[in-house]
Amino acid sequence: MAKVKGDIVIDIEKCKGCELCIAACPQGTLEKSKHVNQKGYLYIVKVEDNCTGCANCALVCPDAVITVYRQTSKAKQQVAKISNVTGDLTVTVKE
Amino acid sequence: MSEKKMLDDQHYEEMIQEESICINDNIVYEAPKSALYDTPMHYCPGCGHGVVHRLLAEVIEEMGILNDVIGVAPVGCSVLAYNYLNIDMSEAAHGRASAVATGIKRVLPEKLVFSYQGDGDLAAIGTGETIHTCNRGENILIIFINNGIYGMTGGQMAPTTLPDMKSTTSPFGRDVITMGAPLKMTDLVAQLPGTYYVTRQSVHKPTNVRKMKKAIQKSFEYQKQNKGTCFIEVVSNCPSNWKMTPVESNKWLEDNMLPYYPLGDLKTPDGK
Amino acid sequence: MKELKLMKGNEALAEAAIRAGCDAYFGYPITPQSEVLEYLSREANNRTGMTVLQAESEIASINMVYGAAGTGKKVMTSSSSPGISLMQEGISYIACAELPCLLVNVNRGGPGLGTIQPAQGDYFQSVKGGGHGDYRLIVLAPSTVQEMADFVGLSFELAFKYRNPVLILTDGALGQMMEKVELKPQMSREFKELEWATTGRKNGNGRVITSLHLKPDEMEVLNHHLQKKYREIEKNEIRYQAINCEDADYIIVAYGLVARICQKSADLAREKGIKVGVFRPITLFPFPYQQLKEVASNKKGILDVEMNSGQMIEDVRLALEGSVPVRFHGRMGGIVPSPEEILDKLEEKFIGGAV
Ligand SMILES: Cc1ncc(C[n+]2csc(CCOP(=O)(O)OP(=O)(O)O)c2C)c(N)n1
Ligand code: SF4
Ligand code: SF4
Ligand code: SF4
Repeated sequence: MAKVKGDIVIDIEKCKGCELCIAACPQGTLEKSKHVNQKGYLYIVKVEDNCTGCANCALVCPDAVITVYRQTSKAKQQVAKISNVTGDLTVTVKE
Repeated sequence: MSEKKMLDDQHYEEMIQEESICINDNIVYEAPKSALYDTPMHYCPGCGHGVVHRLLAEVIEEMGILNDVIGVAPVGCSVLAYNYLNIDMSEAAHGRASAVATGIKRVLPEKLVFSYQGDGDLAAIGTGETIHTCNRGENILIIFINNGIYGMTGGQMAPTTLPDMKSTTSPFGRDVITMGAPLKMTDLVAQLPGTYYVTRQSVHKPTNVRKMKKAIQKSFEYQKQNKGTCFIEVVSNCPSNWKMTPVESNKWLEDNMLPYYPLGDLKTPDGK
Repeated sequence: MKELKLMKGNEALAEAAIRAGCDAYFGYPITPQSEVLEYLSREANNRTGMTVLQAESEIASINMVYGAAGTGKKVMTSSSSPGISLMQEGISYIACAELPCLLVNVNRGGPGLGTIQPAQGDYFQSVKGGGHGDYRLIVLAPSTVQEMADFVGLSFELAFKYRNPVLILTDGALGQMMEKVELKPQMSREFKELEWATTGRKNGNGRVITSLHLKPDEMEVLNHHLQKKYREIEKNEIRYQAINCEDADYIIVAYGLVARICQKSADLAREKGIKVGVFRPITLFPFPYQQLKEVASNKKGILDVEMNSGQMIEDVRLALEGSVPVRFHGRMGGIVPSPEEILDKLEEKFIGGAV
């Protein structure tokens, strides 16, 4: 059975690397980066593609760094509408 | 994995769905945009102040009360809250936030007024103002950040510091014989007829964050109905002065603070 | 038609506050000014809807004033010396945040708990700052019950004109004294939104009332701004009274109630053939340095009389820069000097003895 598909976007420059999101994530999606941001903090990155969009990470984040997305059927239609690209594209898809 | 050459839109659409769901319609959580400035906060990494600020901003936006709210932030780590919350705000002298909030509310009764106070502020130097504001049942929301320590001044003992807890002014641990037991202000104000809704919350876990948000929402609703003082204690952390990592501090909070300051409602409208 | 009433100073002041359209009063009882709170509790709310709140302390009162004044409403408090001492932190915040409001000190004898009798021992505290940091209050010193009433409206006017707290510095005797007052008609409490005031966000950006500027260069800029404002106040707002000073050989300088007693002394002196005039600063900040200097030039001597150990005399000396001999007579602890006593001292210090 397919899991709920979620994703997050991290505003790495605002992240202070406190790791509270890592601790709050039930999926183990997040890890600390090996790089520092401009403020000198080791920011957070997504290391697994298993996010369910539960928003736990965003809820506990003291710096309002994380935006959480979850796939909905309504959103699928939206995607269909906005993609109107022509031309050659080489992309990688999973099989 | 295989590489495919795709020329038609049909395939491309599928690819987008597969690759990114990060589009506006899919947002389930994003930082408040109108009530919170898009600026980094000065708080230490992992400090609960940031979460509570964000929740305040979320509620203010969702309730559409951006132009009706006036906040008061007294001296303490959160004195610069007005740099983060995009609403009308007043700084206050150490301990005097609830008096300042009283002054505002009394001349602008139709506005929604809240104070945002630390434990040193609310439970030590401002004890008198806190109790009398609650006793008069001023129609305001008091948010009380209890991190068991003086954050801004570098980790001195607060009235809420736990027994045996070390601070820079209780270097051998708080001795309750000479320094008194930690003051449970929330229990105290719950006894006063002027308070309408008194609750103790935390923001160290997602479920608690959700409950805290509800508590703020309710408090503003009650204030709109002129019900009296709403008082929310937030048992919070101070990783810097507790000398722990944020994750450790939340664990410590759960193991040590919560047994002394149990979470939950102390006074609700239906008397439960 | 004139509305004349026989009233106590404190009550006249309270009545004037109602009529000036004052929006809120926050205070705490202390003798000899409790009548202000009592009168307002009785009269204000049902007449104009004005908020009157007895706070739990003067510290709470002044911070309620700070909060309410931050909304741009007309707000005031009153107290007497020990209570005013408690308010100093709040007053400093108010001055720094540039909030208009009216403060009233019905001065009693100190230091400490002191006495409930009238005194002027709070001059330094009132005009030199009082709380921490470089700030000034506009300080008005009434000498009659009429002025106790008149200065209320004037204070609000000045407070809003300069965004600065204004202090009426009076004393226990004036507060308790009954005199005839002509009362001004009732002004409306119509509220004009001010662009800086925190009344709920207006144009998408939160406004802030604060006295905190952590960066030293910003704090210095703010201080320069305050000082510029104080210079402006000094330029525009000096008020004083010079009574029979033109032909006088001697000038008595005194403020408040004492100035009135000194007028009696001057009358007695003239009966005796000694030409004495009285110079009464009405604004203690800004102090009428230049005006006093002009009035006192070529006089034989200046007697400064105060109900303290000599505080305003420092400003009198600053004004005169040694050009005229200055002597002092003061009573302390709540004792009011008599006209005869003052004349005796003047004669003793300038005419009888060697100067
Ligand atoms: C009259 C006065 N006394 C002392 C201080 C110094 N001071 C600033 S913040 C603070 C304590 C802050 O602790 P708390 O209220 O718990 O807030 P936190 O910083 O922990 O968030 C103290 C003692 C002050 N600013 N004013
Ligand atoms: S909780 Fe927020 S600030 Fe902390 S590490 Fe995660 S994203 Fe960064
Ligand atoms: S949304 Fe949930 S699953 Fe996804 S990263 Fe955040 S906590 Fe983990
Ligand atoms: S000192 Fe403590 S309370 Fe203050 S910002 Fe840092 S962690 Fe938070």
